[in-house]
Amino acid sequence: MPVTIEYRDEALMARLQGEIDHHSAQGLREQIDDAISRAIPQKLVMDFTDVTFMDSSGIGLIMGRYRQMSVYGGKVAIAGLSTQQKKVMRLAGLDKLVSFEETGGKV
Amino acid sequence: MKNSMKLQFDSRSCNESFARTAIAAFAAQLDPTYDELSDIKTAVSEAVTNCIVHAYAERLNTVYITASINDENVLTVKVRDRGCGIPDIKRAMEPLFTTDTAGERAGLGFAVMQSLCDKVRVRSTPGKGTTVTLIKKLESKR
Repeated sequence: MPVTIEYRDEALMARLQGEIDHHSAQGLREQIDDAISRAIPQKLVMDFTDVTFMDSSGIGLIMGRYRQMSVYGGKVAIAGLSTQQKKVMRLAGLDKLVSFEETGGKV
Repeated sequence: MKNSMKLQFDSRSCNESFARTAIAAFAAQLDPTYDELSDIKTAVSEAVTNCIVHAYAERLNTVYITASINDENVLTVKVRDRGCGIPDIKRAMEPLFTTDTAGERAGLGFAVMQSLCDKVRVRSTPGKGTTVTLIKKLESKR
């Protein structure tokens, strides 16, 4: 699953595309963590606008990046969520850990 | 119309996508809404991922799925493995509980299945395997 990552205004923008499941999450995790460790951003924005499917592997992906960013004192925001994705994320209580932004930042 | 299907495939993670897409294609004959189809795909993906990650612990084996629909527009999907089994089903179904401490599993598989389906049944025998049954009534658009 492709992800486009760009560093801008001290924030790392990760625009995810396609389907997020246990199979695809591994590659995404590695790419995003690699970018975090190189840029040490204050904020990570994960943009779900172009995500066509997500199961609880997406929750694991966000929780893992939240932990990763916390090490550096950074924050995580999620953008471009569909109603279905919000349903799954609220179920996980993710809205207490990360901020939800209505529109995704264009990368 | 009553209808049924069977599917079996290797417990490779690349088949998670195949399994949920196949079940969604089978369910499509009930003309489900977009949200219903999305619920079905997500629940099936969770059940199949459990087989691959937990039941077979990433070792290659076989995942078995049967699905059926009836005249009342109810879709029933059974996802079965011959893996390690679940010693404490009640605990396994608690949100955020996971045995995958080294990885990034959120421990939400069963919670997601339960929230998206009308009924989720789990039968398991340690050392023999697990069957997860997902039941969802679809509001036909027809």
